[in-house]
Amino acid sequence: MTDRTPNATDERPPKPRPAPTPDADSAPYWSAAREGRLVVQRCTNCGARQLYPRDRCLVCRGPVEWVEATGRGTVYSFTVIRQNYSRPFRDWIPYVVALVDLEEGPRVMTNIVGCEPDDVRIGMPVRAQFEAVSDEAGIALFAPVSGADSGADSGAD
Amino acid sequence: MTPPRGRRAVIAGVATSDYPHLPHLSEHAVHGQSADRALADAGLTFADVDGFATTGFFPMYATGVAEYLGLHPIYFDETNSGGSSFEVLVEHAAYAVESGAVDVVLVTYGSVQLSQMGRRLGTGGGGGGGFAPGPAIYDALWGNTLVGNYAMAARRHMHEFGTTPEQLAAVAVTMRHHAATNPQAQEREPITVEDVVSSRLVADPLHKLDCCVISDGGGACVVTTEERAADLPGDPVYILGAAHATTHHLNLSAMPSLTVSPAAQCGPVAFARAGITPADVDVAQLYDSFTITVVLTVEDLGFCAKGEGGAFVENGGLEIGGRLPTNTDGGGLSACHPGMRGMFLIVEAVRQLRGEGGATQVPGARIAVAHGTGGMLSTGATLVLGREAP
Repeated sequence: MTDRTPNATDERPPKPRPAPTPDADSAPYWSAAREGRLVVQRCTNCGARQLYPRDRCLVCRGPVEWVEATGRGTVYSFTVIRQNYSRPFRDWIPYVVALVDLEEGPRVMTNIVGCEPDDVRIGMPVRAQFEAVSDEAGIALFAPVSGADSGADSGAD
Repeated sequence: MTPPRGRRAVIAGVATSDYPHLPHLSEHAVHGQSADRALADAGLTFADVDGFATTGFFPMYATGVAEYLGLHPIYFDETNSGGSSFEVLVEHAAYAVESGAVDVVLVTYGSVQLSQMGRRLGTGGGGGGGFAPGPAIYDALWGNTLVGNYAMAARRHMHEFGTTPEQLAAVAVTMRHHAATNPQAQEREPITVEDVVSSRLVADPLHKLDCCVISDGGGACVVTTEERAADLPGDPVYILGAAHATTHHLNLSAMPSLTVSPAAQCGPVAFARAGITPADVDVAQLYDSFTITVVLTVEDLGFCAKGEGGAFVENGGLEIGGRLPTNTDGGGLSACHPGMRGMFLIVEAVRQLRGEGGATQVPGARIAVAHGTGGMLSTGATLVLGREAP
């Protein structure tokens, strides 16, 4: 489990996870995650799906709309961060940063939670879970689909 | 594109500043020291300079350095593509002199990041805001670090091609071997593959010794025309071909494939412009922010097939006499890495072509490649340099 216990030597209150400042492109994305929903953009012209949010489709430059995603994906790559001087992250070390390929296609950066860092594997199936980080924004973290043991035998390292 | 008669671009002078620790110098003084030495190397003075290029982390940076140096150039450039910036600036300078816009472009670099910031660069940040303007926020919320981005590329390369930590380590071992003969190098004590893979993990699978050093330092070069160089004391080095490319900025999630860097785009273009193939290259100076950076670059520039970079760098592949003698000064992994190391690649490439490589001289080197990598594998820029006119 990602350890969020502050260092014993650091007596300051825990620093919260940083929150994004929504803009015209991203507000629907962050607010959906705030409500516990993962959304992706779909081109109304060619049907391509994409993240991060943009004002147009990257394939055909057509207009885009927001559609609900399943929240399922697989780990494309990952690292275990063992050194970061910035709070709050240094209080979580070691933790997993990963790129997850969503079932719908887009790739997102995230943290893998709900398992030991050493159990994460490329190809491992994961599912979104959500954390509110401000009144207007939530973020999608990902956890192994079938609990803490699912990573051990899924995909070669 | 063939330039007008006599206006073919050459590098007439190069220099590094003192390095790797300069607590007694300001950042701008490092530019000044580098400029003095490169102009002297060329046999020119500040009065001959009509074009100026550099880059740093503030807008109008080149203007500020020109002011500090007392230059009033009629051409300036501060294109910032991170670590590859100086290859891009020299490419632009070549176009500027070949077009006839200017005759002598001074390109300088200076950094005192070690003295100013200590060793935290690369393992801080990831906190969003600040250094994550606009869309850069999407990958900035997760506590990832600069090292973490390259670590994810390394992990993916291992997954797709079976590359091993020991193969990555071979890059660091060779750079240290070369640094041992460079009296200025920051780290000169020999290391083994075992030393690298048993050093502490910073971001899996990259260990401390898979990461570059953090230094103060700078360098400069003087770009002019073949015609002008004919009146100068030294032998010019020809800029035979150049190109650069980008695939993404700070969002690694926007990189099409973690195992293909922008070198795959700009390398073949630069080689074609120079009229050479990878087999013609005698010595390479390749950006080595991390060991994986070199493995990706030798593949993407076509020195070996995609996926074979691990085997290519093993067993002395990058040593003098090896498959591709690389980073003969010890590279960023051991000699000096002040943040945007691209200038050092150019200086060392020119020294090799002039036969000034000392203990790590590649005998008879005629063609050198300097390839910079910037950002999170975001940009690449290739320069092909030659001892003889094309």
